[in-house]
Amino acid sequence: MSDSDSNTGVDKKRRRMLIGATAVVGAAGTAAFATPLLMSWMPSARALNAGAPVDVNISKVEPGQQLTVIWQGKPVWIVKRTEQMLKDLPANVPLLKDPDSAVDTQQPAYAKNEIRSRKPEILVLIGICTHLGCSPTYRPELAPADLGPEWKGGWYCPCHGSRFDLAGRVFKNVPAPTNLVVPPYYFKTDNLLLVGEDGGAA
Amino acid sequence: MATGTQATGLLGWIDERFPLIETWKAHMSEYYAPKNFNAWYYFGVLAMLVLVIQIVSGIFLTMHYKPDAQLAFASVEYIMRDVPGGWFIRYLHSTGASAFFIVVYFHMFRGLMYGSYKGKRELVWLIGMVIYLALMAEAFMGYLLPWGQMSFWGAQVIINLFNTIPVIGNDLSLWIRGDFVISDPTLNRLFAFHVAAVPLILVALVFVHIVALHKVGSNNPDGIEIKALKNEKGIPLDGVPFHPYYTVHDIPAIAAFFFVFFGIIFFMPEVGGYFLEHANFEPANPLKTPEHIAPVWYFTPFYTILRSVTLSPFAGTVAMFGAIIMLFLLPWIDRNPIKSWRYRNTAHMFNIAIFAVVFIVLGYLGVKPVTDELKELGVRMTEIYFLFFAVLYAHSNSSKPGRYLIWFIVLAGIVFLIDFYRYNPEAVESAKQIKWQWIWPIGYLSVTLLLPFIVRPCNAEKPVPERVTS
Repeated sequence: MSDSDSNTGVDKKRRRMLIGATAVVGAAGTAAFATPLLMSWMPSARALNAGAPVDVNISKVEPGQQLTVIWQGKPVWIVKRTEQMLKDLPANVPLLKDPDSAVDTQQPAYAKNEIRSRKPEILVLIGICTHLGCSPTYRPELAPADLGPEWKGGWYCPCHGSRFDLAGRVFKNVPAPTNLVVPPYYFKTDNLLLVGEDGGAA
Repeated sequence: MATGTQATGLLGWIDERFPLIETWKAHMSEYYAPKNFNAWYYFGVLAMLVLVIQIVSGIFLTMHYKPDAQLAFASVEYIMRDVPGGWFIRYLHSTGASAFFIVVYFHMFRGLMYGSYKGKRELVWLIGMVIYLALMAEAFMGYLLPWGQMSFWGAQVIINLFNTIPVIGNDLSLWIRGDFVISDPTLNRLFAFHVAAVPLILVALVFVHIVALHKVGSNNPDGIEIKALKNEKGIPLDGVPFHPYYTVHDIPAIAAFFFVFFGIIFFMPEVGGYFLEHANFEPANPLKTPEHIAPVWYFTPFYTILRSVTLSPFAGTVAMFGAIIMLFLLPWIDRNPIKSWRYRNTAHMFNIAIFAVVFIVLGYLGVKPVTDELKELGVRMTEIYFLFFAVLYAHSNSSKPGRYLIWFIVLAGIVFLIDFYRYNPEAVESAKQIKWQWIWPIGYLSVTLLLPFIVRPCNAEKPVPERVTS
């Protein structure tokens, strides 16, 4: 045979094939071994369970007040907006990055409107900045000194200075790229909200 | 070994079974280090000393700490108040973390000044950079463990960096956290990495770093290869045995280090909120972000780079990691055959010195809240940070100074192109800042490229002597 060494009787082709085959089996074994280890990093059944929908009674929320509840371990804000707050929203539009909520992942279809909610006065948002995950501060007051005369109420992120209006829409020239996320929710009754489910057909 | 007599007794018994004397000679008593080491060469041994302090104090902290989101914060307070001497062990560990970065930054700057990544030392440098990376991972994970407000929100920001990666980002950060938010599973896994996985890797890497160094031999402030000139016994003329010369020589440095180190532990362990941040004395609260969040000081230069690149969050993440990757590439960027800055041109010395200043300014900006002025300064310092590598490459060949002019025009052009893209007259204050702070990168390019082009003595490289000086 041409590929074998006549002095030592080593068949190099055969040896290469055996080394290659052993390496492939070894690699497959390593991958098989690594899979359960890496999978163990996925959220556990307990963590998934904590992601179950939550009931929220909103009968005691005053107009203009923000209520914070926890869903999937994240803060969820429920704000009962006043007439004035709703009236001020359109004035923000020229200053916003995405006034029409064009990014579909940021809200369910029923919140893809100017006010980003099912009922005009009740706003439901996940209270986590879309930049790097800090929780912005609720600043409902009009034109405070630190936020400037244009401010019509909204949220300000203390970490990197992102700003959102009272529909959770992000302003231009801030680090956050998108509007705050509206979680799935529906009204079981007028004053009972379920956060985490769409409630079938919207 | 061929030389000397065979050892007898217990040593002989061991040496027949384990290469003890051979190893001792190769790495200590017959490892010839250049005789002209200066104070900058203490930081390697100090880094190893701090590694030992961290491992020992860490083991003892693990005996009292509870890696559980419900118990972690209280267990750290328990160590501080109730465990006899617990405060001392914890301050050793927290001060050691900052000390580690201080000595490592000096150690790296030494390499930059004397070109210690050159002359077959690329692997020494690369292994060192991996150590630095592992150290940053170790420090980040350790900072989560006290489960204070800054632990929580710092980790939230860092893990969310992975979120910015297109397509796979959300699933990746979910996988890293093991939950929808930073919570108990996150704390547990980072604890496992912090106390077991990363320390093992660190120790192994430090070992390999030294093996690689001893293969090539140490560089020195003159950047001369001492192995080039040897006596008849094959011993470098400018070399002294590492033991006893440098082992003894290092003792006063270690004593001086301990003066400062224990001074901090006993008199100012928090160092005004820089070694231990004040917000971390409050337990983690996932519903409330502290008013002002900043990472610990040793991460702040890269944090400023992250904040300065606002093109998109992913671009910020790429810039931040890119800043570290650039350092990995140094041996291939700086192609000038002269190692030490002592014999390079003046412009190169300015380049290295300005880079150090820019790194410090970036670090300072990272602990400050963002104003329009400081934000723009951060952008400009980020520009200089990256321009440094281009200028370093341009300085690789000083024989054609005309090329400096071309480099100046190209790099200044890039700076102005970025300004043109960023400029928005509607944002009055930030436009005003752009309009005057261009002076920083252009001034930097003028000093490092125009100066050696116009003033030729600033481009003159000096002859490297054959033997080390003093």
